[in-house]
Amino acid sequence: MATLTTDTGRAADAPTGQGPRGRARGAGIGRFNWPGGLAGWVWLVIVVVPLYWIVITSLKERSSYYAQNPLAPPSDPTLENYRLVIESEFARYLTNSIIVTVGSVVPAVLVSFMAAYAIVRASAGSRFLRWTNVLFLMGLAIPLQATIIPVYLIIIRLQMYDTLLAIILPSIAFAVPLSVLVLANFIRDVPKELFESMRMDGATEWRTLWHLAFPLTRPALVTVSIYNGLSIWNGFLLPLILTQSPEQRTLPLALWTFQGEYGVNVPAVLASVVLATLPILVLYALGRRQLLSGLTLGFGK
Amino acid sequence: MTGLAPPAVRVRPATGSTGGRSGSIGWMALPALTIFVAFGVVPLAGVLLLSFTRWDGIGAIHPAGLDSWRTVLTDPGLPHALWVTFLVMALSWAFQTPMSLLMGVFLAGRQRYREILAIVYVVPLLLSSAALAITYKALLDPNFGLGAGLGFSFLAQDWLGRGTLALGVVVFVVSWQFIPFHALIYQGGVRQIPVALYEAAQIDGAGRLRQFFSITLPQLKYTIITSSTLMVVGSLTFFDLIFVLTEGGPGDATRVLALDMYKRGFQANLMGPASAIAVILVLVGLALALLLRRLGGRDASASQQEGM
Repeated sequence: MATLTTDTGRAADAPTGQGPRGRARGAGIGRFNWPGGLAGWVWLVIVVVPLYWIVITSLKERSSYYAQNPLAPPSDPTLENYRLVIESEFARYLTNSIIVTVGSVVPAVLVSFMAAYAIVRASAGSRFLRWTNVLFLMGLAIPLQATIIPVYLIIIRLQMYDTLLAIILPSIAFAVPLSVLVLANFIRDVPKELFESMRMDGATEWRTLWHLAFPLTRPALVTVSIYNGLSIWNGFLLPLILTQSPEQRTLPLALWTFQGEYGVNVPAVLASVVLATLPILVLYALGRRQLLSGLTLGFGK
Repeated sequence: MTGLAPPAVRVRPATGSTGGRSGSIGWMALPALTIFVAFGVVPLAGVLLLSFTRWDGIGAIHPAGLDSWRTVLTDPGLPHALWVTFLVMALSWAFQTPMSLLMGVFLAGRQRYREILAIVYVVPLLLSSAALAITYKALLDPNFGLGAGLGFSFLAQDWLGRGTLALGVVVFVVSWQFIPFHALIYQGGVRQIPVALYEAAQIDGAGRLRQFFSITLPQLKYTIITSSTLMVVGSLTFFDLIFVLTEGGPGDATRVLALDMYKRGFQANLMGPASAIAVILVLVGLALALLLRRLGGRDASASQQEGM
């Protein structure tokens, strides 16, 4: 949340009217767009009020939560709720979430990158690669949850039920199709002359892959990693079905069980929401633009 | 938002300019292919097979012919689940599209403060569905929630305890999370519209409203299709949100297909019928994706600037 406040500070001295830049590219909108502006500001309130409520309530004592106006800031803020959440094995859930996310995203992006490279470079001459590509494209239409029952069966048969690996493997599989598609589109944009000159220098495809394509597609790799990372970090269905014991819980699942146990203690529940979201918010603060492009996967370009 | 069909699937065949060695790098696709087949393709085939079996999720799997399909197709729960799924889809589309379109056009302006608005809008997207559902559950509590605390009786209703209200809450929470996402898509779309179009319209004396309906909307056609596809196909995947928020309740009021599948399979231990529901879910998803493609016209490369 830190960036939000500093940005507001900077906005004060930014010109609010149409700058020359705005006129040139602002979609031809010269005057104020009243319906859009109204929707924009109303939506700001709708978004901010619940977020504000989460944060202030998580700082309230349980007793004062019921007594006070819910939108009033806490009269004496306390971190007691956060202590309660952290003492409820929060670190373990956080670690699990990190293991699952990193353990899925890194292999998923790497194998997708290799596949995308092969598809772009050689699918004209290889029937195998063309079919692989078609399979991935069709995979885009498979909803994850519709395959959950066989996935559960497979995980049981592999004796992996109730392990983090049980979450990781399907997560990788479901990240592959979209990652391949996006990465392949980026690799296609690499000028062919560069590949040619690598070849002239006697570089193998393997070397070209890592020394030419990899650095050149880095923005796409980051985008794809963020997109996959966020959906795996927030994933609920796979942990719900493929794990059982508290030791293997990831954060979203832990939130849910925490709410089951402490449901009446609203401030503590909201503190758990804040803590579970904090890592993502920190990332958002650090790399907002990259995160945004990752979120929309280039749809917004 | 996993597994959504992106709008412009480019299947441009690669130019085989690299010569003879190219076929030998096929192995590079193997790791991705292997894991995708193992946990994507095989389960997809498996779910069809399992729909013809009887399995309680733990013991042995017995072939059962068409039993599960008979159970599922004669159960009034199925049309209900389809109807609820459709309602959530249609309502969230109908609410999100105009809002995100308006906001996208608004955000397309380059003013600094609008960028800051965009920064704030995106925060809900970062929350997990579980976190979101938990928050709204507490926020809407009729006795201890926001409405009760502020003393507004219209806000202090039993939001999640009454069928239609609960459905409305689901649609609202979905919109709360995803409108900014779609607004960003529209923002990008609007920024790509050539300014010359507006300038020409201005010279012709077209008003703002006229410009919006005659230029902005038609020019955004493909953006609207993209965004609608994402909304519609994505709405089939609102499992976690609804599961944590209402568990399909009250009664069956918010029991969408995905939830129906989960409850039959993992709560009632009837994996056969649950698999049948899953097959239906796949078919509905595919049908929708195809339908939207049709609606959008198959020739995505057609000029978006016709009439220029």
